[in-house]
Amino acid sequence: MAIITYREALNQALREEMGRDDRVFLMGEEVGVYNGAYKVSKGLLEEFGEMRVVDTPITELGFAGVGVGAAMVGLRPVIEFMTWNFALLAIDQVVNAAAKMLYMSGGQYPMPMVFRGPNGAALQLSAQHSQDFESWLAHIPGLKVVTPGTPYDAKGLLKAAIRDDNPVIVLEGEMLYNTKGEVPEHDYIVPIGEAELKREGSDCSIITNGKMVLVAMNAADQLAKDGIRVDVVDLRTVRPMDVEAIITSVQKTNRAVVLEEGWEIAGIGAQVVDYIQRECFDHLDAPVIRVHQADVPMPYAKGLEKLAKPDLQKTIAAVRKVMYLD
Amino acid sequence: MPPKKRPDPRALPGDPALRRELFHSMLLQRRFEEKVGEAYALGKIGGFCHLYIGQEAVSTGILSMLRPDDYVITTYRDHGQALARGMSPRAIMAELFGRVDGCSRGKGGSMHLFDRNLNFLGGHGIVGGHVPVAAGVGFAIKYRGGDQVIVCFMGESVVNTGAFHEALNMAALWKLPCLFIIENNKYGMGTAVERAAAIKDLDRRADSYQGMHGEHVDGQDVFAVREATERALEICRKESRPALLEIRTYRFMGHSMSDAVSGTYRTKAELDEQLKRDPVWMLKARMLEAGDCTEADVAEMEREIKTICQDAWDFADASPEPSAEALYEDVLVDTVS
Amino acid sequence: MATKVFMEALSPTMEEGRLVTWLKQEGDAVKSGEVLAEVETDKAVMELTARGDGVLRKQVVAAGTTAAVGTLVGIIAAADEDIAALLGGAAPGGATSAAPAASAPAVATPSVPAAPAPRAAAPAAPAAPATPAGRALVSPLARRLADESGVSLGAVQGSGPGGRIVKRDIEAALARGPVASSPAAPARASAPVRTGEAFEDIPLTQIRKTIAKRLSESIGPIPTFYLTAEFDLSRVAEMRTAALAIGDAFKVSFNDVILKAVATALTQHPDVNAHWLGDRIRRFGSVHLGMAVATDDGLIVPVIFDADQKGLRAISAEAKALAKKARERKLKPEEFTGSSFSVSNLGMMQIDQFTAIINPPEVGILAIGAIEDKVVVGPDGGFTVQPRLRVTMSCDHRAVDGAVGAAFLQTLRRLIENPLLLSF
Repeated sequence: MAIITYREALNQALREEMGRDDRVFLMGEEVGVYNGAYKVSKGLLEEFGEMRVVDTPITELGFAGVGVGAAMVGLRPVIEFMTWNFALLAIDQVVNAAAKMLYMSGGQYPMPMVFRGPNGAALQLSAQHSQDFESWLAHIPGLKVVTPGTPYDAKGLLKAAIRDDNPVIVLEGEMLYNTKGEVPEHDYIVPIGEAELKREGSDCSIITNGKMVLVAMNAADQLAKDGIRVDVVDLRTVRPMDVEAIITSVQKTNRAVVLEEGWEIAGIGAQVVDYIQRECFDHLDAPVIRVHQADVPMPYAKGLEKLAKPDLQKTIAAVRKVMYLD
Repeated sequence: MPPKKRPDPRALPGDPALRRELFHSMLLQRRFEEKVGEAYALGKIGGFCHLYIGQEAVSTGILSMLRPDDYVITTYRDHGQALARGMSPRAIMAELFGRVDGCSRGKGGSMHLFDRNLNFLGGHGIVGGHVPVAAGVGFAIKYRGGDQVIVCFMGESVVNTGAFHEALNMAALWKLPCLFIIENNKYGMGTAVERAAAIKDLDRRADSYQGMHGEHVDGQDVFAVREATERALEICRKESRPALLEIRTYRFMGHSMSDAVSGTYRTKAELDEQLKRDPVWMLKARMLEAGDCTEADVAEMEREIKTICQDAWDFADASPEPSAEALYEDVLVDTVS
Repeated sequence: MATKVFMEALSPTMEEGRLVTWLKQEGDAVKSGEVLAEVETDKAVMELTARGDGVLRKQVVAAGTTAAVGTLVGIIAAADEDIAALLGGAAPGGATSAAPAASAPAVATPSVPAAPAPRAAAPAAPAAPATPAGRALVSPLARRLADESGVSLGAVQGSGPGGRIVKRDIEAALARGPVASSPAAPARASAPVRTGEAFEDIPLTQIRKTIAKRLSESIGPIPTFYLTAEFDLSRVAEMRTAALAIGDAFKVSFNDVILKAVATALTQHPDVNAHWLGDRIRRFGSVHLGMAVATDDGLIVPVIFDADQKGLRAISAEAKALAKKARERKLKPEEFTGSSFSVSNLGMMQIDQFTAIINPPEVGILAIGAIEDKVVVGPDGGFTVQPRLRVTMSCDHRAVDGAVGAAFLQTLRRLIENPLLLSF
């Protein structure tokens, strides 16, 4: 199996799906001539032409709406936001149009489309460019929301998203684009809504997703040196969430740490903890602890930014706490 | 040399049969909306309900010029256009009543009438939000190499939204077959157009976009609307270019059923003045004058339309409420392609 | 090992039960599931079954005794087991709450712990950590493991934050020594569900709604008790005959006489002629006597105002007029509001006696039964036949104590058995 980057995995997914179905097109800022702000769409304009790889003006609300309209009449748009921070300008199209069209038309207009782009903080991009929107989007019935954390999942989930007849949000990680992993050359998808047990242990569950999967895996490595064996549950999809996978793991380990990139209040982790308290109450040996971003806009200064982000040390500390070790 | 022949000012475009059809369409909208008002007052219809009374020449004028495979998208004031597009009064009324036989299975209501068979892409509730969607339909038409047109109705207050500019810019940039219709009924809810838009002739917004045709027209004259539409459609369909029409009309009712007809924002005198240019009765007078029909013919048509509206009511009333299972249906489809 | 037998909640609403008969005697061998005793619930006589094997060693409660749900009524144990300690034991913690009134199954089972109840606060275990309220800190998992393995949490030292008992503490306790097993929880019997019954929904008329509202207000928050007395109406009968002899104009019914007597008695018992107003009791200077009248639409209670100041003839005439108006639905609101005490009479419908529901904010109502000739033993030991009447007074205990109600009935008896007093 080839070792490729997350970026290349996404590129392969787009190329394969555009080759497979000519109703699929990619639209967004800098996706064509520039080869993509993060080079995810590299080479696609050359291969598929400007009708299918469409550079837009800087007009998020506008081109998100174009995607909605095209999906209504049978195309399968992939709308790229240069980052999800900019997608706030288009949130009306995502929430009021794409997520609701099927329902308010009484089932007449499915919305087979994808909104994708990098989500969350990178490095020192400060407040307006360092936000995680997964809980915002996961809140909306009518959407599916996936958060691939590895190159394998990135390709498999994006392909599944493009083939899905519902609006699917793909939240990528800017910091993940250069990460590498094994990705099959053959056609495959990762089913939406299925978590994966990325690492198996018996002492504590770390339930996480997206960019935080790497943090959790590192934490598991570190903890293993102290003999602590950790289950790492990668949700992969945050809507619909694989509740069964969460329950299975927590009932086995009796302890859980929920690790997420976003803010605490009404975050994804709050939902995970709700499932745990409902389904695993009599299995818990300790209160569930959440690790998340500090409840502040992202600061610019390097030291402050590190303090604000969920990281390896905070995750290890949380695991030790639910293990009653500290 | 004989004197140059001047056109007879009383002569009407089209043949009498077409004119009767136009009148029938407009009168049906008028009487249907009156029936809707009655049902709303009796609590049969809930929520927001925006009537089309006063603007019938716009919907009939434009939609009578379209092909069945063209697309239509509109705002929450959508009953008139749905009727003029040919949606069944029964399906509309049942939707307003929130019943399973409604065009959107009772899930959408007054603001969200959809009919896939008529390429009627719905009434949309966020002012401006559907204009980029129309551009997307235009994009899809061009993507597939078709010669359809998407007609996008909007109220005049939309021209001040960012979505309007973003959509028209892309439509012009990419040469999309979009006919944007500004139904200028003078008021965005209770705010007069001149208190909201820093431009007098709204069709001049077209000048901002290279190659976009713009024109304004009297919206109470169904023939004038049709002529302007014909010119615009020619540009959209033949040249794959967008066009913008400002159709000047007037809303005889309040913004919605829960709003006053007149009051702080417009006077009764103004309303009375506008009522003299009622598009339905102006057309009737011209048809009587042209000898297209008699008062007895109109009375007969009124009877027939009354029956249609009552039948729609009875049908809606008899249609079942959606079952509890329907609550969770249509959130997502369980198919993949 | 011993099994305590508790009074069980054998109906959803049962709070106590009368042990009617012991079907097993002390010394009898019993098997789990065998019927130990018959218990009379608030609804029926039910069977109390054994939940353990052994010998019925002790009938803690004798036949005929009423015991609250959760009360220890017997002990099943091995023949030679020492049960002295168990006999001193109290009811299991939360036994009553284990049988919530709203639970649908017909039989709710109080927990029957064989070992010292792990869930109860553990007073004997000084090692157990506790919150200020006295509750032990135990992780949900540890609590479940302790339950399953029979470890007494009271004997476990918690190692978690604040002394919380966590999984490893239970594991350590298990490693230290063997523990007894707990019995499996008995299965709940589910009530049969009836479906497909034919029924008809009748819309509520306004008067029916008002009756329902006001009377449920009464039976709900009003702590009502009932006093029944039987009166001799011989002299009332004689008085009626005598009055009729004077002329038709003096014709009065038994009911008229009773109304007059009640009004008169109330003047002597102002505690009964009163309204309960939540934060105060209002006594009335006059008697405004409500009289329940059945109409086609339902019950309505027109009022004879100042009944205490009215003569028998006036009361008779007014009662008749009000009853007629009520049946014709012609009563004005001011004619059926403002009563200070009410009387309800179902005697004409051959009801021997009944209890009436208080019409709040009144604090009492008198229910009048049928007059019936009865053979009674006279003062001389011989038998006589008397027309006798049973009345039952419903009293709001918040305002009227038993003795107060009884005193009122004593006065009423005196008046009715000596109607001549009514003219004084």
